[in-house]
Amino acid sequence: MNRPLALHLLVIAALAAAFFVLPDYHSGNLARIMVLAVYAMGYNLAFGYTGLLSLGHALFFAAGMYGLALSMQHLSLTAIPALMVALIASALVAGITGALALRTRGVAFMIVTLMFAQAGYLTALYFVQYTRGDEGFVLPQAVRQIAGVDLSSAMGRYFAALILFSVTLLIIGALVRAPFGRTLIAIRENEARATMLGYDVQRRKWLALVASGTISGMAGAAYALLFGYAGASFAAVPYSIFPLLYVLLGGAGTTLGPLVGAVFMFYLIDLSSGVTDAYMLVAGVVLVLLTLFLPQGLLGTLRKRWVPWLP
Amino acid sequence: MDFGPHLMLAMLEGAVTAAILALTAMGLSVVFGVMRVVNVAHGEFYMLGAVIAWFVASTLGTHPAVGFVAALVIAPLLVGALAALIDITVLQRIGYDPERTIVATIGLLYILQQGTLMTFGPDARPVAPPFNTRLALPFAEWGENGLALYWPWGLSITSYKLFVIAAAAVILIALWLFMTRTRAGLIMRATQQDSAMARAFGIPVAKVYALVFGLGAALAAMGAVLVVPIQQAHYLMGGDPLLLSFIVVIIGGLGSLPGTVIAALLIGMSDGVISVFFSPTLAKILATLAVAMVLVFRPQGLLGKKPQ
Repeated sequence: MNRPLALHLLVIAALAAAFFVLPDYHSGNLARIMVLAVYAMGYNLAFGYTGLLSLGHALFFAAGMYGLALSMQHLSLTAIPALMVALIASALVAGITGALALRTRGVAFMIVTLMFAQAGYLTALYFVQYTRGDEGFVLPQAVRQIAGVDLSSAMGRYFAALILFSVTLLIIGALVRAPFGRTLIAIRENEARATMLGYDVQRRKWLALVASGTISGMAGAAYALLFGYAGASFAAVPYSIFPLLYVLLGGAGTTLGPLVGAVFMFYLIDLSSGVTDAYMLVAGVVLVLLTLFLPQGLLGTLRKRWVPWLP
Repeated sequence: MDFGPHLMLAMLEGAVTAAILALTAMGLSVVFGVMRVVNVAHGEFYMLGAVIAWFVASTLGTHPAVGFVAALVIAPLLVGALAALIDITVLQRIGYDPERTIVATIGLLYILQQGTLMTFGPDARPVAPPFNTRLALPFAEWGENGLALYWPWGLSITSYKLFVIAAAAVILIALWLFMTRTRAGLIMRATQQDSAMARAFGIPVAKVYALVFGLGAALAAMGAVLVVPIQQAHYLMGGDPLLLSFIVVIIGGLGSLPGTVIAALLIGMSDGVISVFFSPTLAKILATLAVAMVLVFRPQGLLGKKPQ
């Protein structure tokens, strides 16, 4: 067995053990962090591996979240079909916006994705009779179960989050070592050269973005399913910034960076929101400090300095 | 009110929006034009201008006009100095790399916004206008005796709003004269055209960048000082101007100054007219999507030139 796979399995085993070791409050937090880490892993596929700095991933997160929550609330679907709706909805949204946004590059790409996400957020507000706008709506406990497992219980929720996290981590771990993942990295490093070598750069960027958006959408759907709430605030700008923050902090282009970044940021914001209402101040300070002093993030720096095999 | 007077009222309100927007967007455009930097924290400089205006006016506490004039001088200077400082301490150190600059300015956005929340608080606070007489406006209509003027009820504007339009025009003309007729403006344009060549000719490019970044922020602050007597100062007020300024700068062509003014008029007027007659949320959705499409299909802007 190779070292990256062994490391991933070790992390998954440690997370499984953590549920029985940690106090309830922290294992509850960790369930939330794992879902957010899945979101950040999806984001990392676009930003960290392909070099597509999107400022609008909240659109995909919200597409998954609303795909699940609206179809459960208004069409009375059960969890599994609703998850399929969320999967299709986020892949579709990512496919369409990706096809348009990828006609631009660099700064224009960031602004276009930001604009699309803003339009998505406003659309959620506009259809207030279905989405209840910023206030959002609660999914009743009775429908939040898969195959008889109650996803609103601490244990059901934690292990559902862990399964989603593990599947995503193993898929991404395999993907970025496969030829497809290698060409994404080649595109990030030097797009002109990748084109010259004969790769269909545009199509691969689109595929990466669709995969990234779909994973983000699954995280959004899982968030609604596990925590029983969907609201327009998850479609707003801060939710596009959070995955960027997690990935930058943990290390862009590392498989475990999103988890590390999500753990650090979650607790940093959790601690500071006990002190002040202005908890986003922490996010701002971390962003500026990272760009100034640690552009490769925690694991990126670790890999560069000491552990070159780190996936 | 009939449709005609209603439309005229909407256009007057739109002209006020357009005047403020032209100033704010011009700040963003100057910074992008000279430095090729997208400043996501621009809306927060606007917000700081409004908050400082409230602070100056309420500290002086004399006649509203005194406080207002003091704010119009002090707020842009302070905000400009802060922006120049940010440029030197943050942006210069990351070498204006486009992606890292956006990430850093997103960070600055939250620092400025949340810092204001911690000090200024979550309440909206008003600033008294220096003068505020209500002027009824006439409207012409074909009556029984041919074309006649009449004064429809509700068709009026305050003298202060007219002043805002005039003041914005004066500031923009002054900026244009500064850019085209002074040595400092020449240096800025030289830096814009070719910063490496400008450096070779002994222009201190780093200083020019700090000044331009300060100037851009000061323009946003001026727009905000003009707007606080109409709209109260609040720590979240920077979001809408940022989005609208982006829209204006993109439609006008990134870095094109005349394009920015024309686009500000277009967007400001249509924003005023659309939000009188349609749902503001729907209008915003359509405007946002339209701008995204402009960037996708015509990235040089409606008025910008294709890159050589």
